[in-house]
Amino acid sequence: MSSTFTLDLETGFRGLLEAGGIGPGVSRLIWLPLPMLLVLVAAVVGVLVTVWLERKISAAVQQRIGPEYAGALGILQPLADGLKLLVKEDVIPARADGLLFTLGPVLVVVPVILSWLIVPFGQNLLISNVGVGIFLWVALSSIQPIGLLMSGYASNNKYSLLGGLRAAAQSISYEIPLALAVLAVVMMSNSLSTIDIVNQQTGAGILSWNIWRQPVGFLIFWICALAECERLPFDLPEAEEELVAGYQTEYAGMKFALFYLGSYINLVLSALLVSVLYLGGWGFPLPVETLAGWLGQPIDAPLVQVITGSVGIVMTVLKAYLLVFFAILLRWTVPRVRIDQLLDFGWKFLLPLALVNLLVTAALKLAFPDVFGG
Amino acid sequence: MPPLAELTQLIVFALLAAAVLVGAIGVVILPNIVYSAFLLGGVFLAVAGLYLLLNASFIAAAQVLIYVGAVNVLILFAIMLVNKREAMGASPGVGLRRLLSSGVCAGLLLLLLRVTFTTAWATPGPPQIGEGAVIHLGEHFFSDYLLPFELASVLLLMAMIGAIVLARRDVLSADIATGEAVDQGLIEKSRTPLLMEKTP
Repeated sequence: MSSTFTLDLETGFRGLLEAGGIGPGVSRLIWLPLPMLLVLVAAVVGVLVTVWLERKISAAVQQRIGPEYAGALGILQPLADGLKLLVKEDVIPARADGLLFTLGPVLVVVPVILSWLIVPFGQNLLISNVGVGIFLWVALSSIQPIGLLMSGYASNNKYSLLGGLRAAAQSISYEIPLALAVLAVVMMSNSLSTIDIVNQQTGAGILSWNIWRQPVGFLIFWICALAECERLPFDLPEAEEELVAGYQTEYAGMKFALFYLGSYINLVLSALLVSVLYLGGWGFPLPVETLAGWLGQPIDAPLVQVITGSVGIVMTVLKAYLLVFFAILLRWTVPRVRIDQLLDFGWKFLLPLALVNLLVTAALKLAFPDVFGG
Repeated sequence: MPPLAELTQLIVFALLAAAVLVGAIGVVILPNIVYSAFLLGGVFLAVAGLYLLLNASFIAAAQVLIYVGAVNVLILFAIMLVNKREAMGASPGVGLRRLLSSGVCAGLLLLLLRVTFTTAWATPGPPQIGEGAVIHLGEHFFSDYLLPFELASVLLLMAMIGAIVLARRDVLSADIATGEAVDQGLIEKSRTPLLMEKTP
């Protein structure tokens, strides 16, 4: 959108404050925490919705009904679950290492929440358009295995330690093809910024989305994202038949809730990033400019801007939740892989494939600069 | 720059510098090697924060990805896979050793301090390029820094092949430590089966 007027909440909000006689420094200070709070609330609500979806869809897959008494269709069930975990006793095993035991879950959750910094819901609707954008997410997600190793070690339990080691091994193995798949997209859009990546996919609506130009990259990214989130078929770190619950075994109460929250926030985040990288982000299947033209409205009119902004948020969330739905369906459909199959698949299949994909993308970019980004 | 931002930068710098110093001393001094390894991760993160403060966000992210996400995780892996809890007996002459090593460290510190205070630092430094850093780094890698870049890649490749050869015992004909003939097939066959045959 290269129009002169775009939806910019910061300018509007600060303009309002400064008109009320507040200095620019103070108005900036008041503005700064607002988007962060909003995104944090959005992330937590996203998790509640995902937990409800998980319970309902798994019930449907297994021909059960699922939660139904807490609110209409059991919609309040995740809240009840969360409250239950909140008031449970916080047990630290006697022979465990108390400090590392407490720090582990924190180290798992904080990077995931920080990564929401770069998720765009619209042209100006993100916390910060940092230049390193998507690379920041790749870097932050590499902190998580340290938290998992830490909690696995501190639990002083062989299942926990094995789970932590498995989680770290899996995370390292799948990070590389993941980063290579992202690199191919970055190469096409000439920028690491998530905003630029989405803007490069607008223009022809659904036809200009990256999934048509990067089908292999899309599959690699999705598989690796599932592995990073420890979702089935890659949930080896907490494989309950083998490891009780992996690194979570000794955890109870709020610390367990942090792991739970972290894994679901990570799932929603991964789905959002798939939609940003491959499914056109906030883009409507038809270009909004064309739609506005048909209706005879100028694209930079304030009302049209508000509507396109809302459509953008709805589209982003819709695409992300479609992917979450697929992830949940996958969880209850496919069996778990073995650890050697998992590592073989990552190193011997996905890694070469991602390298070939990168090479082909580079060649296509040189051959057809119009289609694959100049 | 408004004073608020400057004050924030100063406070953040003081916190990060303190974190780096205390963390680094902890890595060296703590007796528990696992704590040292985790603290090392913290030090790496604080250094990344310093890079961020210098507007070098790409370097900061790369620092987190490589040092925290790869190097530190590998160190932790090595420690946890070789988790021998043997009590360290008091080695002879521990006092003398500590005295000597602290003397060497203090000498090194003095040397570095002298270099720091005698060098004519160009303040303010070169202009910050901020977000354009990625492009500049790429250009340097493929022009004047091509040879060091390629040499580093070849070195890493050699290290990787060496590690694979060491890990795959079937490539070696004899064990390095014991000198006995090693064959992966033989090792696997000599293992006792998990399920014993049921005796009638």
